[in-house]
Amino acid sequence: MATVTSDNRGLRLWTRYAVLILVAVIFVFPLLFMVMSSFKPSTQLLLDSKSLRAFLPVGDLSLQNYTDAFIRAPIGVFVFNSVLVTGVTVVLCLFVCSLAAFAFVFIDWSGKAVIFSVLLATLIIPYETIFIPLLLMASQLPWIGADGFELGWLNTYRVQIVPFIADALSIFLFVQFFKDLPKELIEACRVEGASWWTIYRKVVMPLSGPVIATAAILKFLFMYNQFLWPLMVVQEESIRPVMVGLGYFTDQLNVPWGEVMAYLTIITVPVLAFYLALQRVFIASVASTGVK
Amino acid sequence: MASKLTRSNRSGWLMAFPGVALMTLFIIVPFFLAFAFSLTNQRLASPNAAEYVGFENYSDLLGLAVFTLEPERDEDGAVLRDDDGEIDYPRLRNFTRNNPEYPGLQGKREWFSWQSGDNRTVVLASDVVFMKALVNTITFVFFVAPIQAGLALCLALLINQRLRGINVFRTVYFMPVVVSIVVVSLLWKFIYSPGDGLLNNVLGWLSFGAFNGIDWLGRTDTALPSIMAMSIWQGVGFHMVIWLAGLQNISPTLYEAGNIEGASKWQAFRYITWPGLRNTAVLILIVITMQAFALYAQIAVMTKGGPLDSTQVLVFQAVERGYGKQDISGGSAISVILFVLVLAISLVQRYLTREK
Repeated sequence: MATVTSDNRGLRLWTRYAVLILVAVIFVFPLLFMVMSSFKPSTQLLLDSKSLRAFLPVGDLSLQNYTDAFIRAPIGVFVFNSVLVTGVTVVLCLFVCSLAAFAFVFIDWSGKAVIFSVLLATLIIPYETIFIPLLLMASQLPWIGADGFELGWLNTYRVQIVPFIADALSIFLFVQFFKDLPKELIEACRVEGASWWTIYRKVVMPLSGPVIATAAILKFLFMYNQFLWPLMVVQEESIRPVMVGLGYFTDQLNVPWGEVMAYLTIITVPVLAFYLALQRVFIASVASTGVK
Repeated sequence: MASKLTRSNRSGWLMAFPGVALMTLFIIVPFFLAFAFSLTNQRLASPNAAEYVGFENYSDLLGLAVFTLEPERDEDGAVLRDDDGEIDYPRLRNFTRNNPEYPGLQGKREWFSWQSGDNRTVVLASDVVFMKALVNTITFVFFVAPIQAGLALCLALLINQRLRGINVFRTVYFMPVVVSIVVVSLLWKFIYSPGDGLLNNVLGWLSFGAFNGIDWLGRTDTALPSIMAMSIWQGVGFHMVIWLAGLQNISPTLYEAGNIEGASKWQAFRYITWPGLRNTAVLILIVITMQAFALYAQIAVMTKGGPLDSTQVLVFQAVERGYGKQDISGGSAISVILFVLVLAISLVQRYLTREK
């Protein structure tokens, strides 16, 4: 009798793993195909997709697609632009949103309840519904920069950065985190005469590592993967981000699939590596958006 | 209490100001501008000032008319038929183009029609492409939201087991979430290739050659479902993680109590897990609905709205007008319609999943 139950348990365990692995295959195969294909000539790539060879590093493997891709498009420029826009936005977002959340949680000031609920209400507005009017605004907004006063934000870095610095979700994440910090700590600092700015910089922010990571990761994913907005506001090659740069490969009569796979690999694998290295933090970040 | 210590209008305003100002300028103002522009004839770059046009943009988009065509008859009143035996109808054009007797049909085009007896009833729309976009978007949300939420819950339950190495699977399932939807769309465009495409080949092996290749994105009946399947594949990991957080918030003592009472696995799910997930369910449905309504990159990369407008969606239409044709007012009107839909469906979901 005992052996039967243990056999049953073994079988059940085996089935569980089989299901888990089958599901994993569904999630992995396109990405595996992408990476493997990036090393194959286009003709072999198309031929290989008829068999399991599509997912295996076999045949005529080389870096030719990568060299060709770099010749076809200024990939270095695109990557630089994406990193710059994403990096600057994330840093400014962390500063601006944590500062606002600090004011909302710790300081009493008139009007804060109303303002906070208005900001929170914007959570229901998808960016896609405001991009069209924002496009018109961006074409007419003034700016004072190195060249003095100018009108119009189209074809600049700032049009890709400034509108996305502050958002309700980031502020909300910081507010949720700050609420759980001990109020007595802040009050003690006030009794000792510390300024709000000092408390923010020296007390609260050093304690906020987890929420900073969460907000940074979510903003990073959103910014790096932006597509529609840069498509509308950036025409110049020199400031184009990676997702829009894809057009160099797909807007061809004969799509060079080998090069496409190389380009996709270049813009995706660093993010995947970053994710795999910090997967716990990534997943915890997404999980925390569900806390209400 | 310690009100004096924490009260400071100046510091509060100063510290909140950058965030509040940016959100006002770049989210709240454009939101209201969308409403304002939709009532004008605003263009992206125009020497003429915009004029107020009332609800013209909306009637240009949403205008509908139903019209019954009666067959052509000969002197005896018998129905005329063409050589193939099909009933002869007067041309719709005669009614929709400069016919003063039918002002309601002016400029409208046939959207769809059906036969009733000898008569043909035609539904006409001012903007047939927009109507298709509207229907496709709602269809997309209607299928994707529940299926993606349901699959995500299944995955979360699968991942919530105590098994060695379970974190590896969680990591893998979540992986497509960090990959850009643009990249995913292009990959799947290749996978969905007609003839010898990857998916056709895989289905061919699984059915031992019985499966005939399908042009997934090239057929009007498979294009939108193909895009739905891919969107779910990409997004499901995100909501799996949120379900998982909800699952792990449920106190284990409840399950122990259930065990003592002799509850079956299904009963435990039905009476402990599911009620514990109510708030999570509301949140997930609303988030997926919002994301699904905003569907754009998949269309832009994979089908550009085709074939025969079978994958036209609202955001794609809004961009085509507002950006492509520089018609800010028309694009804004579509944006407003989109927002009203998102809001309405979120409220309905909240109402349906309320505490009873």
